Amino acid sequence: MGDVTMEIWRGDEDGGEFTEYVMPEVEGEVVLDVIHRIQAGPAPDLACRWNCKAGKCGSCSAEINGLPRLMCMTRMDELPEGEVVTVAPMRTFPIIRDLVTDVSFNYTMARQVPPLAPRDPEPDGTYRMQQIDVERGQEFRKCIECFMCQNVCHVIRDHEENKEHYAGPRLFIRYMELESHPLDTNDRRALLRERMGIGMCNITKCCTEVCPENIKITDNAIIPLKERVVDASYDPVAWLGRKILRRTRRSALEAAADAPAYATPTLADTALPAAADDHVDADHVDADHVDADHVDADHVDADHVDADHTVGDDHAGDLDNAGDE
Amino acid sequence: MADPQYETHDFDVIVIGAGGAGLRAAIEAKERGLRTALVCKSLLGKAHTVMAEGGAAAALGNVWPEDNWKVHFRDTMRGGKMLNNWRMAELHAKEAPDRIYELERWGALFDRTADGRITQRDFGGHRYARLAHVGDRTGLELIRTLQQRAVAIGIDVFMEVKVLRLLTDGDGRVTAAVGYWRPSGEFVVFTAKAFVLATGSLGKSWKYTSNSWESTGDGVAMAAWAGADLIDMEFVQFHPTGMVWPLSVRGILVTEGVRGDGGVLRNSDGERFMFNYIPPMFAAETADSIEEADAWYEDHTNNRRPPELLPRDEVARSINSEVKAGRGTPHGGVYLDIASRRSAEFIRRRLPSMYHQFKELAGVDITAEPMEVGPTCHYAMGGVRVDADSAATTVPGLFAAGEVAAGLHGSNRLGGNSLSDLLVFGRRAGIGASDFAEANTDPVRVDDAELNAAVAGALAPFERDDGESPYDLHHDLQETMQDLVGIIRTESELRQALEALATLRERAEHLKVDGGRIYNPGWNLATDLPAMLTVSTLVATGAVERKESRGGHTRDDYAGPDPEFAKVNLVQRIGADDEFTIVPESRPPMPPELAELLEEAH
Repeated sequence: MGDVTMEIWRGDEDGGEFTEYVMPEVEGEVVLDVIHRIQAGPAPDLACRWNCKAGKCGSCSAEINGLPRLMCMTRMDELPEGEVVTVAPMRTFPIIRDLVTDVSFNYTMARQVPPLAPRDPEPDGTYRMQQIDVERGQEFRKCIECFMCQNVCHVIRDHEENKEHYAGPRLFIRYMELESHPLDTNDRRALLRERMGIGMCNITKCCTEVCPENIKITDNAIIPLKERVVDASYDPVAWLGRKILRRTRRSALEAAADAPAYATPTLADTALPAAADDHVDADHVDADHVDADHVDADHVDADHVDADHTVGDDHAGDLDNAGDE
Repeated sequence: MADPQYETHDFDVIVIGAGGAGLRAAIEAKERGLRTALVCKSLLGKAHTVMAEGGAAAALGNVWPEDNWKVHFRDTMRGGKMLNNWRMAELHAKEAPDRIYELERWGALFDRTADGRITQRDFGGHRYARLAHVGDRTGLELIRTLQQRAVAIGIDVFMEVKVLRLLTDGDGRVTAAVGYWRPSGEFVVFTAKAFVLATGSLGKSWKYTSNSWESTGDGVAMAAWAGADLIDMEFVQFHPTGMVWPLSVRGILVTEGVRGDGGVLRNSDGERFMFNYIPPMFAAETADSIEEADAWYEDHTNNRRPPELLPRDEVARSINSEVKAGRGTPHGGVYLDIASRRSAEFIRRRLPSMYHQFKELAGVDITAEPMEVGPTCHYAMGGVRVDADSAATTVPGLFAAGEVAAGLHGSNRLGGNSLSDLLVFGRRAGIGASDFAEANTDPVRVDDAELNAAVAGALAPFERDDGESPYDLHHDLQETMQDLVGIIRTESELRQALEALATLRERAEHLKVDGGRIYNPGWNLATDLPAMLTVSTLVATGAVERKESRGGHTRDDYAGPDPEFAKVNLVQRIGADDEFTIVPESRPPMPPELAELLEEAH
């Protein structure tokens, strides 16, 4: 067997560039194997995250030849033979070093999810649920939190300012999982509409395309959530609640600060990157995206769904930019 | 107070490790009103628990009403070849069902029976279908449920912090831990009234392992360095079915659920060879014909279990023997075949992640062709000695739960007993640590000399102009343990291993790291190696001393179990002078009411 040529992005928050490594080819390897051999050889400080190396933990997300992939599940022999393999960090999150990004945004949003509030159990203290009913939630609970759906989401990929009031696809499936949970009694629709930006998604399905667990994020979570939120908005009680909530424009951090006990900010919140505090302008929250018509229009407009790009096209350009940032 | 030059955080209870046991311990302490934090080496939700596949064993009795804690206790003790801490086995069997139902209240969505209860699957060594599960991704469900619960109740989480050492107050009580933030390389000190170790496994000392990079034995080593007793370190489980091809994925786990759901093992002659390896201890409950074994899946009452579902130690040794006898597959494993026995639809529904894993990584369609599998280093039965009820170690202020702790599984763990272990003893460690913290409220002291030594030790590899790569040292350690302290052991090889380990430990004093401190995997590995070398030495030392074959410890030169060794735990300690000592200690007698359960044929 011959050699493989890897172009790996090396750098930190101040910038970086692609560095070439030529390694001997080994049968059956995945991209992460080659990264490990580079670490054990020419670049012992090459930073990347990984854990299970079997597609179960979602740690080793990267942009391989412009496409978001798990490095542990991308076989070298499925990439174009004889061509350079580029590996870049996910672009939507701030760089820590090399292939490692600061994904704390996702954890901050996760802390704001009102948790399951289960109904009362059967007299014997346990619950009865039918398999068909748990399977709806199970689809979303397959999520391995690789955050690649967040990475490709247009709302935040090139709009840092949207992160304050947009939960993103990973969190939307979490909300849908709870919404469809056979035991749950919580209502999160106003929250989704006002603070989590469900209306901002324009259903381009990029998230669904990159999901390594093949979760139908858009069809099975985001669109149903949009519908539920719209239903709620015609409910006068919900409307009143919305009016009250609209009065304040807050960052995710501020919202968390006075949320119920379950969303008490923790130390990690206070250590957020400065960017999160800089943009408290939340115009996007109400004016554009809580408008019921707007929400509705989005997902019934078939052209809109189809018209958008494929992920591959988008990322070819991304890689060129990555080195300049 | 610790040295003010370091970032310091004070809590009542600090839990180190955020897998199932650590999360469950932290939830318990937090719910009891204590100021609680979790410190973990990776991002939250990525711990090794996420890789558990088959399920969590609990005698819910939902599928087989005959099942109850007594049968589960008996199965666990027999699977562990009676070396288990019987009190832990009792608590585990009794409390596992409550812990499973608790997960359901917190949002877990287990697979269901037709009448809407949690369904249960068959696994090796369990008399009845007992594993609550979600397809073959039960560990993910468990960790996500606990993670979401921990977040919901506001537990502080320090992610991507590598803890280097536990620090004492100078009088033997653990009062602090020092580590560094992997993203910045800056040191951080945690002080607390009580600490819980939940650091998981030590499999990364072997070349072929199902464990992730995190499983470097940090907790076992840190406890030992802090003066804690360890027991039965020689017992390391080689899971019978790891992937063997391609080489780069060798060792990755193939769930026992494949066999629980009907998969069988065959050699290169196509023979179901497990019928040739039924040990006397399990002969009465194991089918001796293919007809009976196949009938068992539908009718557990009138048929005995297939030999493919013997405990893991038996199956792993049998596969090893077949390969050695020249009846292995082209890549040195055996065949695990479910394709010829179950429909493609059934396989994809019950084993979706196995289907995915083989398809993507090996190009094998498990609904159409057999898998190639072989033993892989999987689990440490030995570890930190704990009190069964409180999870207290022998060091004041230090508690341990999950794989880092020893006792529950004896010499061999049954599949499915790990996830329930995490829940039962994670909770108990949370209670134990909370009680200790509430009873010891004075501000803690920290020995600054210990702190400064730990920091200096961690930074030393940056200061050497010449020295060797931590990757090279790790490679040599893995070769040593794989070749000399593997599934079949012998005195001469173990002694050779100890000599090699002494050399490796010497080499570890001369490591050199390139680059800076920010997210530097070479440095991270250099700081993981002291623990890896320590636990490897502990395993080899125990393996030399236990001159018998039992469970996960098989000696070529001492075939079969020795009744004298059944009476003892091998207790190891590391002295202040870094001297390892090992002594046998008699095990407490089992109370008659538990002993009776072992006799009865439930």
